[in-house]
Amino acid sequence: MSLEDPEKEQQGALEGRSREDELADLLGERALSRDDHKNAPAFVIRPDEVQDVLFDLRDQAGYDFLSCVTAQEYEDRYESIYHLKRYDNPMDEVSVVVPTSKQNPVSQTAEPVYKTADWHEREAYDLVGIDYEGHPDLRRILLPETWQGHPLSLDYDQDRPQIVTLREHANPLEEDQRASGTGANAHSNTVESGAVDDAADSDTMYLNIGPHHPATHGVLHLKTILDGEQVVDVEPDIGYLHRCEEQMAQQGTYRYQIIPYSDRWDYTANMPNEWAVARAIEDLADLEVPEYAQVLRTMATEFGRMLGHFLAVGTFALDVYGDFTAIFMYAIRDREKVQNILEDLTGQRMMFYYFRLGGVVWDLPEPREEWFEKVRDFLDELPSALEEYHDLISQNEILQLRTVGKGMLPKETAKQYGATGPVARASGIDMDLRRDDPYGYYDELDWDVAVEDGCDNYSRLLVRLREVEESAKIIRQCIDLLEDWPEEERTIQSNVPRTIRPDDDTETYKAVEAAKGEMGVYIRSDGTDTPARFKIRAGCFNNLHTLAPMSNGEYIPDLVAALGSLDIVLGSVDR
Amino acid sequence: MSSDKDTFVADTTRVQTETRDSRITGQDNRFNSKLREAFGSSPFILTKFDKFMNWVRGSSMFMLQFGIACCSIEMMHTYAVKHDLDRFGAGVPRASPRQADVIIVPGTIVSKFAPRMKRVYDQMPEPKFVVGMGSCTISGGPFQEGYNVIKGAEEVIPVDIHIPGCPPRPEALVYGIAKLQERIANGESSPVVVKPYELEQFGDLPRDEVVDKLSEEINEDDLVMRYNWADSP
Repeated sequence: MSLEDPEKEQQGALEGRSREDELADLLGERALSRDDHKNAPAFVIRPDEVQDVLFDLRDQAGYDFLSCVTAQEYEDRYESIYHLKRYDNPMDEVSVVVPTSKQNPVSQTAEPVYKTADWHEREAYDLVGIDYEGHPDLRRILLPETWQGHPLSLDYDQDRPQIVTLREHANPLEEDQRASGTGANAHSNTVESGAVDDAADSDTMYLNIGPHHPATHGVLHLKTILDGEQVVDVEPDIGYLHRCEEQMAQQGTYRYQIIPYSDRWDYTANMPNEWAVARAIEDLADLEVPEYAQVLRTMATEFGRMLGHFLAVGTFALDVYGDFTAIFMYAIRDREKVQNILEDLTGQRMMFYYFRLGGVVWDLPEPREEWFEKVRDFLDELPSALEEYHDLISQNEILQLRTVGKGMLPKETAKQYGATGPVARASGIDMDLRRDDPYGYYDELDWDVAVEDGCDNYSRLLVRLREVEESAKIIRQCIDLLEDWPEEERTIQSNVPRTIRPDDDTETYKAVEAAKGEMGVYIRSDGTDTPARFKIRAGCFNNLHTLAPMSNGEYIPDLVAALGSLDIVLGSVDR
Repeated sequence: MSSDKDTFVADTTRVQTETRDSRITGQDNRFNSKLREAFGSSPFILTKFDKFMNWVRGSSMFMLQFGIACCSIEMMHTYAVKHDLDRFGAGVPRASPRQADVIIVPGTIVSKFAPRMKRVYDQMPEPKFVVGMGSCTISGGPFQEGYNVIKGAEEVIPVDIHIPGCPPRPEALVYGIAKLQERIANGESSPVVVKPYELEQFGDLPRDEVVDKLSEEINEDDLVMRYNWADSP
């Protein structure tokens, strides 16, 4: 990034090189060759040694975080890329590239090493068509089961007709013979979640929650197995909002057509997504961002984070307390204020498209003093508003009874499932990309990372409320900086060519800290002005994966509270 | 002393007279709703029952609490403080489709969700109305070219009002709802016709390559929806 001083960058590169040699020694013969990813050293390995290599990288080199799995098809081969990081130092990255043949795209699964690979590989199978040998449950995850073809593979024909069933979901208990066969088609699919009694020899019951249900925060289907009122197993069934974001990005040109889509990934906190795309493309095409634009970006993104957290807190209270109650209205009230400020800044209430490659689109609205005053008024009122939140929710005995010690997500489990963002930080994982993999203006500012070690629903709420405070702190500092910025140095965009064509076969994976967790983007270029492969890593996707370990053994209302505390956005889960 | 008393009496009378007058003559808006105007000085009203029912329907609508995508965030803002859709007699979100009159479709409809939405729509009691919110429900919007995206809610269910925008502002949604109320009061609603995408039994589909391929996976009497991305407008 442009803000890092060259010395530090060089030092980092040196460390990287020695680290790369260390890793090469560790892998030895198993590394067939090296690939050149812009963000990290990449090693090519054989498809039948995946687990072996990943176990070594995890246990001996300390890569405990599988950030993303990218699958793609080339003219002559398939490829899965495992993007590994460390929770204690996300800048220490390594990519493991696993090519497989075109005729027989079979690769060993990484699921025993990283639990999070379970969903990632199902997605890779669904969209690209790579077969992961040994995967416990390799089914389609985003598209309907009856879909024909793999849409991101090269020979996919979009014009072919498809048939999708409205099948009541089969009773998951059937396979191990604990239930009678009556369960499969007797329940409704909507609000009145169908409940089916089981055979007499078992007390378990199957319950559908969703896909259209007020507690699922969108269109999510939870297949739940209950023992009495306790959750024995829950399996999120996603894909009800899979609107082909990766295809859209692959069709769009780098310069103007990708960032607007990113606003629609995580649509409660849009601004950080824009940064994820901007950061990846800027890294890919070596674009500079002026310092003034970095401050604007940082400030705008923190407003975006507030938008996300206000809604998260409001809907969480809604899940715990009930229908459209006071705290939800309070949250919307504050959200409206932020939206007004951002509307003045960007011209949009929700889909801002404020980021451009190499900077931002507008400077602050004129008259600047008026806008500064508006922001300051908001920031001055915020502590008392937060006080209200604490009075109404976090200090409320009922809410504490409902949330403290419920929905436990231990630190190690969170790491296995690749949790990030407030979910990870509430489980005591002290990771925040804004601090640990600095971008923008964050490392120049004075703020703290909110970490709690309660691991429960309550901690996740507290982390969000504290992050709002920190965001306010960051915004105040940015405002001070912007106010004093000399007029002749207010460059909002660097000089970026109208058409961007990164060099052929350049690959990079870059991530930012979005409101819900790590929002990462992998891009491979092919010399044209559109990406050859554009892969989105959304924090929500992996955070939702943790729902099962969090809620097993809990009561149903606590399952709903746990889901609320994860703060998922289905647009970001399904993409 | 006596003069004081007089003033006091006179004042009270005047106030009461004013109130009564304004009720009759219609000078004070506070007491004169449209209904009052229609009644005139008589407590009786002559109208067609249909017209009355339409007016009632439009003036008290229960909305289905139905969130799909980005637009649902703006929809929540419309329900909540500041915009408060309830002011217009249309803001009580009901969680069950069986209690709802109006469904706002707030977002992109994808292949996996279309049969579900159709089912939810079918579960609503007649008369029911549909508001399509946002570009995605008009044509698929920015995602129209997606392999998995249905090009508009109109492909699956009849839509009464389309509100363009990505997403529409709350003001636009309020305007759309007001227009819907106008239509309902006039007794208009969009016709229920056979849609390009309907739920049918798998056994009823004409045999072709895809049907043959799936015949082992899907039962004859399973409900399915058949998509044709290429021929969809």
